[in-house]
Amino acid sequence: MIKPLVRPRRKDPLKRTRLPLSPQRVRSRTAHGLTAAAAEGRFALQVCLDCNTVIYPPRDACPSCLSARLPFRDVPRGGRLIAETTVQTSTEQYFRERTPWRVGTVKLDAGPVVVAHLHGDAVEGERVRLELKLDKSGSAVAMALPEKDTENMADDPHLREMICDPKFRRVLITDGRTTVGQAMAKAFSDAGASIVFVGLANPWKPFPGMESLRTIERVEIVPLDVTDTESVTELAEQNGGRIDIVLNTAEHIRAGGVVDRHGLTIAREEIDVRYLGLLRLAQAFGPILRFRGADGVNSAAAFVNLLSVHALMNWPAYGGYSATEAACLSAAQCMRAELRPGGVKVVNVFFGPLDIEWFQTVPPPKVTPAALANAVVRALQHGLEDVFVGDVAEDIRQRLAVNPKALERELAS
Amino acid sequence: MQRKSYEGAVACLPVTIPYRRYSTNSAQWWLGRALHELIKRARLQPKDIDGFAVSSFTVGPDTAVGLTQHFGLSPRWLDHIPFGGASGVVALRKAARAVQAGDADIVACVAGDTNHVDSFRKMLSTFSRFAQDAVYPYGSGGANASFALITKHYMNSYGAKREDFAKICIAQRDNAMSIPHAMMKKKLTLDEYMSARPIADPIHLFDCVMPCAGAEAFFVCREDVAKSLNLPSVRILSTIERHNAFPNDPIQVRGGWELDIGELWSMAGLKPSDVDFVQTYDDYPVISVMQFEDLGFCAKGEGPQFVRSHTLTNDGTFPHNTSGGQLSVGQAGAAGGFLGLVEAMRQLTSQPLGSQVPNANACLVSGFGMINYDRGLSSCAAVLARAA
Repeated sequence: MIKPLVRPRRKDPLKRTRLPLSPQRVRSRTAHGLTAAAAEGRFALQVCLDCNTVIYPPRDACPSCLSARLPFRDVPRGGRLIAETTVQTSTEQYFRERTPWRVGTVKLDAGPVVVAHLHGDAVEGERVRLELKLDKSGSAVAMALPEKDTENMADDPHLREMICDPKFRRVLITDGRTTVGQAMAKAFSDAGASIVFVGLANPWKPFPGMESLRTIERVEIVPLDVTDTESVTELAEQNGGRIDIVLNTAEHIRAGGVVDRHGLTIAREEIDVRYLGLLRLAQAFGPILRFRGADGVNSAAAFVNLLSVHALMNWPAYGGYSATEAACLSAAQCMRAELRPGGVKVVNVFFGPLDIEWFQTVPPPKVTPAALANAVVRALQHGLEDVFVGDVAEDIRQRLAVNPKALERELAS
Repeated sequence: MQRKSYEGAVACLPVTIPYRRYSTNSAQWWLGRALHELIKRARLQPKDIDGFAVSSFTVGPDTAVGLTQHFGLSPRWLDHIPFGGASGVVALRKAARAVQAGDADIVACVAGDTNHVDSFRKMLSTFSRFAQDAVYPYGSGGANASFALITKHYMNSYGAKREDFAKICIAQRDNAMSIPHAMMKKKLTLDEYMSARPIADPIHLFDCVMPCAGAEAFFVCREDVAKSLNLPSVRILSTIERHNAFPNDPIQVRGGWELDIGELWSMAGLKPSDVDFVQTYDDYPVISVMQFEDLGFCAKGEGPQFVRSHTLTNDGTFPHNTSGGQLSVGQAGAAGGFLGLVEAMRQLTSQPLGSQVPNANACLVSGFGMINYDRGLSSCAAVLARAA
């Protein structure tokens, strides 16, 4: 059984910070099918469309019938751990710092044999379930977990390398004035975050939910206005070294398209809050997050973006808003490349219309702030990178995969 | 169809360029030294070599074709055999057919690799696409970790003990004591073996070969050519080769030898008990035990008992890896696939570097190689005999 994590002591500021290293990141193009599945928390391997053989390692021809029709499909993740070893000597510095490191051979019920990382509770000879995870390099790896959940499971040090568990980490929620920001504060406190910094522009100005926000355990209100570069920089200078997860809840949601909206005032505001706000946060917090990617139990772990699913396809009723969200998505893709050397994940959480006043006229289904908050925590606990929350978001994801042009036309009506 | 015999084709002129732990020289340098030694000892000119087979991992970006210009050869038969531990026997059997068919008269088979500081790590991480995608990111333990899983499973399945592997390693060390260029020449005790540093459980330090730089080479030619050059030669009684056998075994418990074993012995006209010594591919000892089983010396699963009931030194009941094998001499990349074959030629022509196996008239040499993903894919073997 895994020993429970002990809350890390305050760091000695004179001590050297361990610099982040990565396992090998390079994969064949085909193998990145696993990366795509891992990013969404799915267990997908190649399946031959002609003979149904499940294939691993990723190939460009089926070893049973030589077909090239080998899409990645979700397959059963159960299997048996038939041999294990503990690597004591590694040629890669990342593993040398972390040995002993267990790996094993898993015979999947679905057919193939997978060499996998082993969770501490995976036992040789017994059944396990495989998950695909993004390791510190950002590429997918398979990890064998015990078939049924065990106590303190998430505290396994090798599993914790692959996920961004908020437990004992310090999170910054950039705007606590919104109902989403408040729901996030509650969810991260419940998930065991050791400090929940909540940003407020003009903190003296009262707002609905203010009192209950202040009563959430381990919440610390900090002055933060994402539209003010100085404010963002100042917070990063004061607290950046003890923020492990940045979660941007700044929102600016207004209806209206591109042609039918008059003037640029709203567009400028929306860009200032959302796109430039993201850039300010990225520039102030990105370098320190990347530097602290291997800084012990509460190393820097993630930068979380809440994005409208319409960042992926414009919704003309909220056309200007969709365009700004698309800009944020593009910036987030860039941030991924820039933060990857630190092993810091950029998590994009795509949501459908929220159950908040700015979507008042939109019919259900809608996502409650609490549901969104739980999805964010769950994504971090599982180490996901792309998350779709709510029925509308899932619907759009599926339609995009099938026919983006149809989706474009249908969103217009 | 009945396979044609190797009648008339022989192997001769075993050459070893003494190994070094690290080398600042290139693979081309090591291969060049081996070729040079071949023509010097045969009193030939480079132009007399009309066939060339080369095995190397570190010769990139060159190919066999590029090497002909580098070495000033103009061969009419050329092959590149980067098959790791299977390189030696595979080169031998291809070259023998070329000579029999008259496609070449003198084939120089050469294997060599260099070992720079850090070149081993680079080779591991890019060894194959499957290694890159599905093995190296998992702890980066290299072949040690892959063989640890195979060894662990074999021990669990057939009751092999670390002491059994120790016996193989210790006997080989004894055989290596008189080999001048062996990397490891200090006598190995059971205690030292058992208490060695763990590498990847159950693999410990003395189960692992030491990567080094070196080269091995030999000629394949017609018997009359060898005679005219005054080179003692060995006969090729039979050979087998197989790749990716038993893909449905969930983990490796046997090599491709098992598929071809009947043909190996019937073509040779011998049975396992007729050979006087055996050279297996010994990276790691568990694979030597599998070879004892799959090549017919005992049944599957009886390998551990077979080891316990024999002495494996050159003066023993089952002389095995008579120069100390890679476990003691070192693994000079692809030359590791030549080591056993070259040593067997020395034993069968009574020109050993170390101690001579008494009455060495026939032997088995086997090769194994290429952990592409979770198992070694290539297996091969040859039965050789002293010239009449």
